[in-house]
Amino acid sequence: MSGLELLTWARGPGLVLAVGICIFGVILRLIEILALGRQADLASPRQNSTGSGWRTIFTRSLPPPGMLRRAPLTYLGGYVFHIGMAIAVFFFVPHIELFRGLLGLRWPGLPNPLVDIASIAAIIALLALLVGRLVDPVKRLLTNAGDWLAWALTFVPLITGYSAYHHLFENYTLTLAVHIVSVELLLVLLPFSKLFHVFSLFIARWYNGEISGRKGVAS
Amino acid sequence: MSPLGLEEKMNRPADNTLRIALSDAGISRRDFLGFCATLAAAYALPASSVIVIAAALENASRTSVIWLSFQECTGCTESLTRSHTPTIEGLILEQVSLDYHHTLQAASGEAAERAREESMRANAGKYLLVVDGSVPLGNPGYSTIAGVSNFDMLMETAKGAAAVIAVGTCAAYGGLPAAQPNPTGAVPVSQLIKDKPVINVPGCPPIPVVITGVLAHFLTFGTLPELDGRGRPTIFYGESIHDRCYRRPSYDQGKFAESFDDEGARKGWCLFKLGCKGPVTHNACATTKWNNGVSFPIQSGHGCLGCAEPDFWDMGSFYKALSMPATPVRKAVAGAAAAGVGAGVAVAFANRAKKAAAKAAHETVKVEDLTKKP
Repeated sequence: MSGLELLTWARGPGLVLAVGICIFGVILRLIEILALGRQADLASPRQNSTGSGWRTIFTRSLPPPGMLRRAPLTYLGGYVFHIGMAIAVFFFVPHIELFRGLLGLRWPGLPNPLVDIASIAAIIALLALLVGRLVDPVKRLLTNAGDWLAWALTFVPLITGYSAYHHLFENYTLTLAVHIVSVELLLVLLPFSKLFHVFSLFIARWYNGEISGRKGVAS
Repeated sequence: MSPLGLEEKMNRPADNTLRIALSDAGISRRDFLGFCATLAAAYALPASSVIVIAAALENASRTSVIWLSFQECTGCTESLTRSHTPTIEGLILEQVSLDYHHTLQAASGEAAERAREESMRANAGKYLLVVDGSVPLGNPGYSTIAGVSNFDMLMETAKGAAAVIAVGTCAAYGGLPAAQPNPTGAVPVSQLIKDKPVINVPGCPPIPVVITGVLAHFLTFGTLPELDGRGRPTIFYGESIHDRCYRRPSYDQGKFAESFDDEGARKGWCLFKLGCKGPVTHNACATTKWNNGVSFPIQSGHGCLGCAEPDFWDMGSFYKALSMPATPVRKAVAGAAAAGVGAGVAVAFANRAKKAAAKAAHETVKVEDLTKKP
């Protein structure tokens, strides 16, 4: 299979398959999680906890006092990676064209050099986070196969996208095709791996904030 | 006078060469040397080689060429020969002794076929075979010449050829006839000829100077140019249209034409969003250009269709950006969402049942149980 054949497959049947599986998996898992339910909290709330859950969704993104100093790599690496990745995914013009093709929505993109800087930052941050995970004995103990998988699934699209844009390999078409296929693999495994935090994060944070609020813990 | 002067050529003395043909056509030596310099530059040869190429071409005599046209539209021949004035490219083709070309030759019927057979006999092992069009394998009757199927004619003629040049995307990759669902079972030449060098010169049509560039290389050096993994001359197909495009800076700056008549289009911004396939298309359009270097599709305001690449016809809409889905996804998404809801509800019920079973199986521990001796 040549690069162009792979590219055409990735833009056609591959994309349909990947998006289909992703949607299927996300809906399946969301229903599964939400339908599990929680035991009713029969105690009356300790204080007025209105909005505690919603607030927590945002406040959990900020480091608690002193934590930034104690775990700078985790926080800064996390910020740089997520923001860089978001810029690369949502503001690179060819990507916006993909969203337009899929959702019919469009928004202005950024010039390529800015997207390039964001991608490099995200790649460096991911590498730093990997090293941090390997070096720190506690983190290493907490790490299982799911974490390595999540890291790899995220890293490969970034590095292949960067390689394609900069023509790091002679066969641009193949590099582009591999990039798209790697994103499709990410989509397929997203609902069934730790990457599902893209969705579950908000549910978990809301629930934690809400239940803590009811019990009198500040969010 | 016939388009390529074939009748005149028949009466020409045997030592007649391109030099005379050029002066007959009113092409100055300066123009001719300019053409040779273009070829030398394309092949990255030193300036001194211009004279070598010129001498080789001028004195080239009677390298026989048999041109077979199969499932094609004659666009490749048109590309090479059609112009207001005779082109150097056309004259070189003529000069290399085109012994058989059923669009251009004066002879027809049995006389035409005889010309091919005679040439094959007289120049066995030495002639160049040029093919445009794909070969149908589905049914021999889909395309025949003088009652001979394309497949049979190709195999018979290729036997004594020094090399085969597959001109155009159809001959090189199957092209339009091979587009899905490929009703005639069209295949490219390289799939059938395995024991000879096959040079692919794709493009729909290919750039004239690329076709002649390959012929000129053969005439000058007696060898074929360096080929890439797809059998294409690296020198012409080594880079993508996008990399050589004069609109590339606007791609990098994020300046795109959104429609064919908006301000961006008028300012000559990048046509990526309008479906340009330049990033994955390898050809020399952006450098050698067309019509004697006047322009090329992107310069005239239309995105590249990717015509020099295999299966370009099946790469999705010409007017959809390369990063857009090539096939519709909405139906699949709706189906997947419905399946997801179904599966989610099923899993939810299964989990509930599991929870209920666990609850039912739960035994309350009493104080006596703790004090009981095992």
